[in-house]
Amino acid sequence: MGRVEFLNANAAIAEAALIAGCGFYAGYPITPSSEIPERLSRIMPEKGVPFIMLEDEIASINACVGAAASGVKAMTASSGPGISLKQEAFGEACIMEVPIVVVNAMRGGPSTGLPTRPSQADIMQAKWGTHGDHPVIALAPCNAQEVVFETIRAFNLAEKFRQPVYLLIDGLLTHLHAKVYLPDPEEVEIIDRDQPTVEPEEYYPFDYNYEIPPLAKWWTEDGKSYRFHISSLNHDKTGFPTVVPKYVQWQEKRLQNKILNHIDEIEKFEYYKMDDADVCIVAYGSTAESARVAVDEAREEGLKVGMFRPITIWPLAEKQLKELGDRVKSIIVAELNLGQYLLEVERVIAGKIPIYSVLQAAGVPIRPNQILEKVKNPEKDVEICLSDEEVKSFGGGE
Amino acid sequence: MGYHYELRFGGVGGQGSLTAGTILAHAAVFHTNYYATQAPTYTSQVRGGAAKADVIISDKPIAFSETTHVDFFLATHQKAYDAYKGDVAEGSYVLVDPGLIKVADEDRKRWKIYEYPLVNVAKHEIGNVVTMNVIAVGVCVGLTHVLDAEAVRDAIKDDVPPAFLDLNMKAYNLGLEVGEKFRKEAEAKK
Repeated sequence: MGRVEFLNANAAIAEAALIAGCGFYAGYPITPSSEIPERLSRIMPEKGVPFIMLEDEIASINACVGAAASGVKAMTASSGPGISLKQEAFGEACIMEVPIVVVNAMRGGPSTGLPTRPSQADIMQAKWGTHGDHPVIALAPCNAQEVVFETIRAFNLAEKFRQPVYLLIDGLLTHLHAKVYLPDPEEVEIIDRDQPTVEPEEYYPFDYNYEIPPLAKWWTEDGKSYRFHISSLNHDKTGFPTVVPKYVQWQEKRLQNKILNHIDEIEKFEYYKMDDADVCIVAYGSTAESARVAVDEAREEGLKVGMFRPITIWPLAEKQLKELGDRVKSIIVAELNLGQYLLEVERVIAGKIPIYSVLQAAGVPIRPNQILEKVKNPEKDVEICLSDEEVKSFGGGE
Repeated sequence: MGYHYELRFGGVGGQGSLTAGTILAHAAVFHTNYYATQAPTYTSQVRGGAAKADVIISDKPIAFSETTHVDFFLATHQKAYDAYKGDVAEGSYVLVDPGLIKVADEDRKRWKIYEYPLVNVAKHEIGNVVTMNVIAVGVCVGLTHVLDAEAVRDAIKDDVPPAFLDLNMKAYNLGLEVGEKFRKEAEAKK
């Protein structure tokens, strides 16, 4: 049996990482993700698991890539400018196919932005923040309990697909205290990376015979040593750099296909009160909880409204979004940015039905009544709901 | 509609608003069998920036965790009072320290305003100003009966370091008495 605790979502992520088998954490504290290293720095040393607070964001993610390449599950967490700094090494993990989990507590911006306030403005950064063609897996849980299961799933997907995975959350969620069930590892599915079935001398870290070549641990329990080379340059099966077009193209396509061929295993989503809905609100992360209340309130007024909530943000739930176009009369996208996921919804729906949006980048959550207002008056812009006194009280310097 | 109660504890960083919220949410979750959330907001200033904790206590799972129809509002700084009173529902309870907050006349018409010198009592009667938030929790429970007084007492035992337990219990009991007195006076007026 697991245990119940009253935790904030950051602490829940820390606990869930350990349930998933996280064997290494490196990071640099930054609001609103700091409670993750705070908690891990207490627990990990007690369990004999390495925890390092490094000199900066770049060193932290690089340490994770190194640790994960040697055979352990590794995680780092950051926010806003910290995530921007980590982009190069994120790409390194993509091309070297090293499984790591990167938690991004989104806080707006650009640059230093709003350290203590929620945002969902890093949706496109998660996909395209690092350069080059590469697939991305990004998950966006909506409440403290789901954070636990999605953190575990982030590790599982990373291990299964030899792929860095983003866990996208925000300041409203990371600081939200709620009752959380922490399962025992035996109660949940835990995936460990495949190991080679060949002897060390026959092992290639990027073997052409595999869709996802096994990533060997540098040591095995029976004393074998799988020593191999990996490079952030395009490489052949040995892991050494190559410019041979055939091998480069093979590698680039395989990086895409190892995700695209398994979309159904990676996608996760929720339909809420969608059975007879005419209007579908599309929302994810903490904003989806606001949308949920808006759906309930709309239903009380007899309006046929439902919600589609992608839990896997990347790869895009393209099939499900396309189906929405056949199923409902209009869509409202609600997100804490000025229109990022909206772009993808518009691309997939391609003009078939009207798409409206509730977009807010003000450092305050979108409230249920703002979404409800949009349901009732889709053509009207939704105002940020702050009273005059509130606006005045923020003053100039806060 | 089942049980659903929204509370907001507003102050500035360092006054213990967030802890006050956590104690109540804790009491609801572990000593009452309700659902509860505590959602804090604060600025980058560790001390002195407006801070609040939104607490929702419900017999159903809680979706959106910011309070939007606040039933009880505690304010211990003018900045927080002005910034966070907008969501307080008509006719709700508002507890302030009159030494710290000036309440406008129109606010007195909108809400049931209770004024109590939290800082002075914490300093001089309890002996430590940091207990101000726990006195406020006591007044809140006595006045609103949002939770059973014993459940909150148990939560304080869980949350407060043992060395400060007696001091905090004294603060809570005093607050509780004051809250009950306010409640009785209000009932007598009816």
